[in-house]
Amino acid sequence: MTLSLVALQLLNGVEQGLLLFLVASGLTLVFGVLGVLNFAHGSFYMLGAYLAFWLAERTGSLLFAVLLGVPLMLLFGFLVERLAVARLYQRDHLSQVLLTYGLVLLFNELSRLLFGNDVHPVATPALLSGSFKLGEVQSWPAYRLFTSLSCLVIALLLRYVILGTRFGMRLRAGASNAEMLEVLGVDVRKLFARVFSAGVALAALAGMLAAPLTTVYPGMGESVLVISFVVVVIGGIGSVRGAFFGALLVGIADTFGKVLVPSVSSAVVYAVMAAVLIWRPRGLFGAPAEAR
Amino acid sequence: MTARQRVQALLCAGALALLAVAAVGDRFWLQLFGKAMITCIFAISLDLLVGYAGLVSLAHAAFFGLSAYALAGLTNRLQLVNPLLTLPLALAAAALAALCIGWLSLRAAGVYFIMVTLAFTQMLFYLFSEAPWFGGSDGLYLSQKPLLSILGRPLLDLGNRTAAYLFIFAALVLSYFFLSRLLRAPFGRVLAGIRGNEQRTRALGFSTARYKLTAFVIAGAVAGLAGYLDAALYGFVNPAELGWRQSGLLLMTVLLGGRGTLYGPILGAFLLTFLEHYGARLTDHSSALIGAVVILVVLFLPRGVAGLVERGGRG
Amino acid sequence: MPLSRRSLLGVTGAVAASSLLPRPARSASLAKIRIGLLLPYSGTYAALGHNITDAMKLAAHEHGDKLGGREIEWVAVDDESDPAKAPANVNKLVVGEKVDILTGPVHSGVAMAMMQIVREEQTLTLVTNAGAQAVTGALCAPHVFRTSFSNWQTSYPCADVMLKAGHKKVALVFWNYGFGQESMAAFKEGFLKGGGAIVKEFPVPFPSTEFQANLSELASLKPDAVFVFFAGAGAAKFVKDYAAAGLREKIPLYGSGFLTEGVLAAQGPAAEGIQTTLHYAEALPSAANKKFREAFKKATTREADVYAVAGYDTVNLLSVALGKVKGDTAARKELIAALETARIESPRGPFRFSRAHNPVQDIYLREVKGGQQRVVSVALKDAEDPAVGCALVK
Repeated sequence: MTLSLVALQLLNGVEQGLLLFLVASGLTLVFGVLGVLNFAHGSFYMLGAYLAFWLAERTGSLLFAVLLGVPLMLLFGFLVERLAVARLYQRDHLSQVLLTYGLVLLFNELSRLLFGNDVHPVATPALLSGSFKLGEVQSWPAYRLFTSLSCLVIALLLRYVILGTRFGMRLRAGASNAEMLEVLGVDVRKLFARVFSAGVALAALAGMLAAPLTTVYPGMGESVLVISFVVVVIGGIGSVRGAFFGALLVGIADTFGKVLVPSVSSAVVYAVMAAVLIWRPRGLFGAPAEAR
Repeated sequence: MTARQRVQALLCAGALALLAVAAVGDRFWLQLFGKAMITCIFAISLDLLVGYAGLVSLAHAAFFGLSAYALAGLTNRLQLVNPLLTLPLALAAAALAALCIGWLSLRAAGVYFIMVTLAFTQMLFYLFSEAPWFGGSDGLYLSQKPLLSILGRPLLDLGNRTAAYLFIFAALVLSYFFLSRLLRAPFGRVLAGIRGNEQRTRALGFSTARYKLTAFVIAGAVAGLAGYLDAALYGFVNPAELGWRQSGLLLMTVLLGGRGTLYGPILGAFLLTFLEHYGARLTDHSSALIGAVVILVVLFLPRGVAGLVERGGRG
Repeated sequence: MPLSRRSLLGVTGAVAASSLLPRPARSASLAKIRIGLLLPYSGTYAALGHNITDAMKLAAHEHGDKLGGREIEWVAVDDESDPAKAPANVNKLVVGEKVDILTGPVHSGVAMAMMQIVREEQTLTLVTNAGAQAVTGALCAPHVFRTSFSNWQTSYPCADVMLKAGHKKVALVFWNYGFGQESMAAFKEGFLKGGGAIVKEFPVPFPSTEFQANLSELASLKPDAVFVFFAGAGAAKFVKDYAAAGLREKIPLYGSGFLTEGVLAAQGPAAEGIQTTLHYAEALPSAANKKFREAFKKATTREADVYAVAGYDTVNLLSVALGKVKGDTAARKELIAALETARIESPRGPFRFSRAHNPVQDIYLREVKGGQQRVVSVALKDAEDPAVGCALVK
């Protein structure tokens, strides 16, 4: 492998990792604050992608689809939290896993009912349909660069919200001790509902951004779900910063796994995860506090 | 009747009904209930972890699948058909895998444990579906079903449906009594202690890590028994059997039936068998139906169907 | 004739209820013929299952809803394309419902599980999609026929096409599971025999759709051309990524026909110029194809595809064979012989069974032009699967 090819593959890995971060950030946020392990997270990614397809077809623009879709998914997340997830905060992880697994089955059928079984295309916005030359043969689509930059911007925004705002302060407080927050007069129910719907919206936004790249199809959330679990666990459950570096690590490991050991490449990511956990059983940035 | 008597009556009636199926000998019901009993063995082995040791493992399908593949390998590559050889070897393979995976996974706790076991399941799934030497994603056949013969006279032929059915029945009864004895023994009380308060149990001088690992290995071996029986019943193994979806489905079975009671998962296994068998006919969207049932059970029946039985079926 | 799954299920439900009761002995000519459908109606392959089913019912309708003078009872089971559930599902149809004839499935893993049981039970079986070599190879049986294709048939002919186009050094990209592996093996067999060389193979984990790493390496290797196997969502994404990476103009893309089946609209202009080989093309000009496509569209409001063709042919072949034995499914020897000698004019072209009971059929070279699939030529006339290991071929 030449040096330029290594650099190119590194770029591929980072690009894959950034999009993974967007999906994983919502998952880790919800777990960190609410303590809920959400198996339906991939479904929200899928619903986001379908929504992008449906709205883009009607409004003629992906931008409008995102502007309309994100508030819709915020609302949807709020409803799911109130109707189902809110009943589980006092229960153990097994109940949470099962309830959200049931939601996965339900949402899969819902998307089949609404959108059928076909693979649907989503057009790349005209403004971003160009590409850059990269080496003598390959070129780099402008839209990929755009998604990577968007993910970076969102990562910085999340960092600002968590570290620099009142909401972020409560959020961090909620993550370490929700009861204390309640005693201090903060409406924890409202906080939890907001965080959950923010997590749903982040997943859906990732689905919307990815839709032109991946096309839209039933069951597209499942592969994303398992890999974002890996990201979150590597980074440390509940840590958004961990999710960022975990996502980059997973993206790069997956890319180089495909290059170096193609016949068993899918096992590489899981091997990396096992190695990280043997080294640090709570992930790279996991709090060393008591088990949640 | 007390709850305990009610459960015992239910189990005895169920056992008699299962034996009646063997006596009637309708091949369809033999297969359907044979498969349901295999799921029962599989489910009670997971219940040992989930319901008694408080360990939610998503790696359980791996041990089921590994044992099934071990039988296929022993039969096809080494021409071993004697169950007195293949059964212990397949169970040993499952137990060994459980020892390795358990030793690594148990370093993590809580949610991390769930996720690590998920990762190991996925690794094995990909290994078996992609690597060329395990038959690939389409699966493998057993060249011959397990057969025990002495001096040329067949003593136990798992290719015979009734024989296979009765063998599975015996395996279920034995697994049930083995696990319930185990749980009544001091070992079971330590497990209960770990689930209730691990720190206190450790403070009492028990090596909780060793107890958890032992439970993990025993559960893995019993899951291996289920996998062995499954491969023997159908003569076919496929990587899908060791994927996390199987583990998830099994968790659902245990919770639906009621964890922490050995008979609960048995009820759950039969209930899901019936739900799948008849549910597919009622609706075009059977997985939505199953999803809805799961959500309702989680929300309103936290102790599963077993909880209903113990309350005598009245509210 | 609107066909809905619900009405089908209604029938199935009634059948199921009645099958639990002892059925009175009826004369064979009057009793309905029970045809089992083991197909996916949910999950990734649901669209395929519905198309096969609807095409079968369409063909039956064209024969007055009768086969060999007997009315038809359809008994459908959703196999969810899950091999882990396959033995139980096959058991339900074959042993529980006691179907006269079993058809399906789509998924090769399900087909392998099915083969084990139908070989034990000796059920007359027509495989309507799954292309696993073993079905008409090592596991072939006198009572098992396949009306779709073998994986070999869809890939082997492309080797010759690419050699003739002057591509000597080729890279392979494929989903690393049974279908992909067998397609690549068949292609390599033909390509190496013709003097070509394989530069590199890129197995992609199934069902991952992350291709950037492989595309970068492809671009650096600069092979003469690329041969790929992907289907469904993976095919849609690969073709789009390939074009977006700027490779479409520089390294020609070839594939087994599934690369562009049912996803052409999703691929859009990215698919332009891709050449693939398959036993069917929507644009085939024959009268039989036109008639079939119109009828299917009228019945379902959907466009027919290669999967629907296999379903349609299955019932037409059964109609011929059952007509010969006057609907008497008990006359197995005669029924099997009638299927073996049946010749029909399929939408895909002339159709007959090989000695291994796999279709002998023309394989077409197709090219995407102006968003449409064009038929370029016949890549291999009367393609017959080598049927390695099949005991029926001596």
